Amino acid sequence: MSTDLPAGLPPVRVAFYNDPKVRSIAYQVALCVAVGFLIYEAASNAITNLERAHIASGFGFWHNTAGFDISQTLIEYSAQASTYGRAFWVGLLNTLLVAGLGVVFATILGFIIGIARLSKNWLVSKAATGYVETIRNIPLLLQLLFWYNAVLKTLPEMRDSYKIPGGIVLNNRGLFLPNPILGPGFYWVVIAFVAGIAASIVFYIWARKRQEQTGQQAPVFTTAFGLIIGLSILVLIAAGFPLSFGFPQAGRFNISGGMEVLPEFAALLFGLSIYTAAFIAEVVRAGILAVSRGQTEAAYSLGMRPQPTLRLIVVPQAMRVIIPPLTSQYLNLTKNSSLAVAIGYPDLVQVFTGTVLNQTGQAVEVVAITMAVYLTISLATSLLMNIYNSRIALVER
Amino acid sequence: MTMSEGDLAVMELRFVRAAMLESQPPPAGMRGAVGWLRENLLSTPFNITLTILIGLLFAWIVPDLIRFLLIDAVWSGADRDACRELVQNRTVGACWPFVFERWPYFVYGSYPLSERWRVDVFFVMLAIGVVWMLWLHAPRRGLGAIYFFAVVPITAFILLTGWRAIGLEPVDTVLWGGILVTIVVAWVGIVVSLPLGILLALGRRSPMPAVRLFSITFIEFVRGVPLVTVLFMASVMLPLFVPEQYSPDKLLRALVGIALFASAYMAEVVRAGLQAIPKGQFEGAMAVGLGYSQMMRLIILPQALKITIPNIVNTYIGLFKDTTLVFIVGIFDFLHTVEVSRIDPKWASPVTSTTGYAVAAIFYLIFCYAMSRYARATEARLGLSDRR
Repeated sequence: MSTDLPAGLPPVRVAFYNDPKVRSIAYQVALCVAVGFLIYEAASNAITNLERAHIASGFGFWHNTAGFDISQTLIEYSAQASTYGRAFWVGLLNTLLVAGLGVVFATILGFIIGIARLSKNWLVSKAATGYVETIRNIPLLLQLLFWYNAVLKTLPEMRDSYKIPGGIVLNNRGLFLPNPILGPGFYWVVIAFVAGIAASIVFYIWARKRQEQTGQQAPVFTTAFGLIIGLSILVLIAAGFPLSFGFPQAGRFNISGGMEVLPEFAALLFGLSIYTAAFIAEVVRAGILAVSRGQTEAAYSLGMRPQPTLRLIVVPQAMRVIIPPLTSQYLNLTKNSSLAVAIGYPDLVQVFTGTVLNQTGQAVEVVAITMAVYLTISLATSLLMNIYNSRIALVER
Repeated sequence: MTMSEGDLAVMELRFVRAAMLESQPPPAGMRGAVGWLRENLLSTPFNITLTILIGLLFAWIVPDLIRFLLIDAVWSGADRDACRELVQNRTVGACWPFVFERWPYFVYGSYPLSERWRVDVFFVMLAIGVVWMLWLHAPRRGLGAIYFFAVVPITAFILLTGWRAIGLEPVDTVLWGGILVTIVVAWVGIVVSLPLGILLALGRRSPMPAVRLFSITFIEFVRGVPLVTVLFMASVMLPLFVPEQYSPDKLLRALVGIALFASAYMAEVVRAGLQAIPKGQFEGAMAVGLGYSQMMRLIILPQALKITIPNIVNTYIGLFKDTTLVFIVGIFDFLHTVEVSRIDPKWASPVTSTTGYAVAAIFYLIFCYAMSRYARATEARLGLSDRR
């Protein structure tokens, strides 16, 4: 093969095996053949192994009756009537429930601790540092086992339950909370709540426009608070208080009424929130430190007071740095919720990769479905993050 | 008092001090211990409240902790009766005799008693290797690398699994357990994930589409799913994928899962390091006629890995903590041996669980904290050389 050189020089001959293009194609073909061979070998071995073990393949089991109970079901489910497919949705919803609540608690705790680490108060910052260093360096699984076995399982038994004011009962069977019972007129309150949110949005847009035109600021937060919460309470009273609470009634062996929080759920939620909060605290700290001091000083020299400086100058810039790693912490929390299997909370992995896999023996299908769920959540989140990042990315001149 | 004309003229001009004043010490309330307290703990009412609250929190937790771990703790005894309040008629703290008795099990698992010296030899060899690699002024560090990455793995494999020909009884990995398994899993993860991670990172930045596609698929797939599912996959699917006679044992399956998982994370860490290398370095290397592997080996990777060391160590910390997850697929790592001992009827008492978990927590805390200190020290050292 010859290269284009100025006339007069003899064309340089390169052996074909030294040509980058040929080499690149050869490498890629080799890789494809190797991967293809591995997949082929794996698949053909799997087929022989499955046949010998008399395990069915395919997704037919999805419609078979499950026949096992699940301790926490957000949707209707019964061992006799429900299918494996139904069990899948129960597990998935349980995973999403614990992950969703965990994200909320971890964010609140993480932001408090992250800001506390930057506090000028020596004691506060040292305490926050101690928290982060300790929690981050102990495996999550150990923390979950500790909360479940050493804390929640050693609570008193049913008849010696702790009774906390407000109708809350706590014992080794779980936490029992009063559950709200909605009266017939409650939908008016819901309407008022939604109307309050809509009115707040309109007010926010109006206030922003006015500020852009005249420079006058309006108390957006207070107004929104009044519109959403105040209006709802007013309507609640006007409708004759269509809301009551069912209190848990402690019997000798059982508790009736109220809302039951399983100890497994409580331990998992507690452990996940505390663990992830330590990582979120570091993310928040790094984000705030990333806003250079000059920004604060410039705001002060323009005459802004500390509070608006924080709200209008520091936080928006810090958020740009905080949000991407924060999302990956949320994803970690969701993935870590699969440790539920160790303490017996019926999440997706426990229900599906645990019980369903044991009953059907269809390892390939069950593991593939479980992985596909987590993969979908991860990829969807990264997609949203990419869109968000491209929107808020610094516009460089 | 009369003034001379000259003095008046000076006064009319302006007051200018001819010599510097001695600087005054800050007011008594602003210096020393009192000043420090006012500045750091009591500067505003809000701060005072916080200080009091945190102080109360410490006053609530620390004495209880000390009482549990030391003052009320039981230090000797033969079985659970020593640690039960009903039997002892006093408040009982940590049950240390349980830990003392179970410690060999925590370290070796069910490894045969007569063969445990082999595990000790492995620990010592590994410790020598780690010190050799981490101690910057150690002699012959190149030799140390060969020792750590080649000599130790081969010797350890022969030593731990056994080889009849040289008189070592084979020991089934089912019997392995405790800290031995934790260290083996973590160490295999560490040794495999770095080279594999580098390869994947290079693959992800490769101009060859097939290689890039393969790397991206692998990395994103593994990073998108929880380690628990990877371990499940390794433990239930791997045996299906190989012919029956080669079916790997339980520990090996978990090791494959952990190593692949760690490699994907390592790949992203290394990729971040590669991205931080200016384009000029690549172009410079190509301009002096280096081939791809020479360019990577001699120019790019040394720089990229150097700036990545703190992140690599952080990944190792994560990996070390993640080794506990092999528990879920039924391997007796350190945490699993603690968990099994905790419910042993011989020692079952209300404080046994907490004692066991406390020991495990301290173990992981020491290892992880030491690694994170090392990462931070390295970061500081490298920062120093970059700033010049």
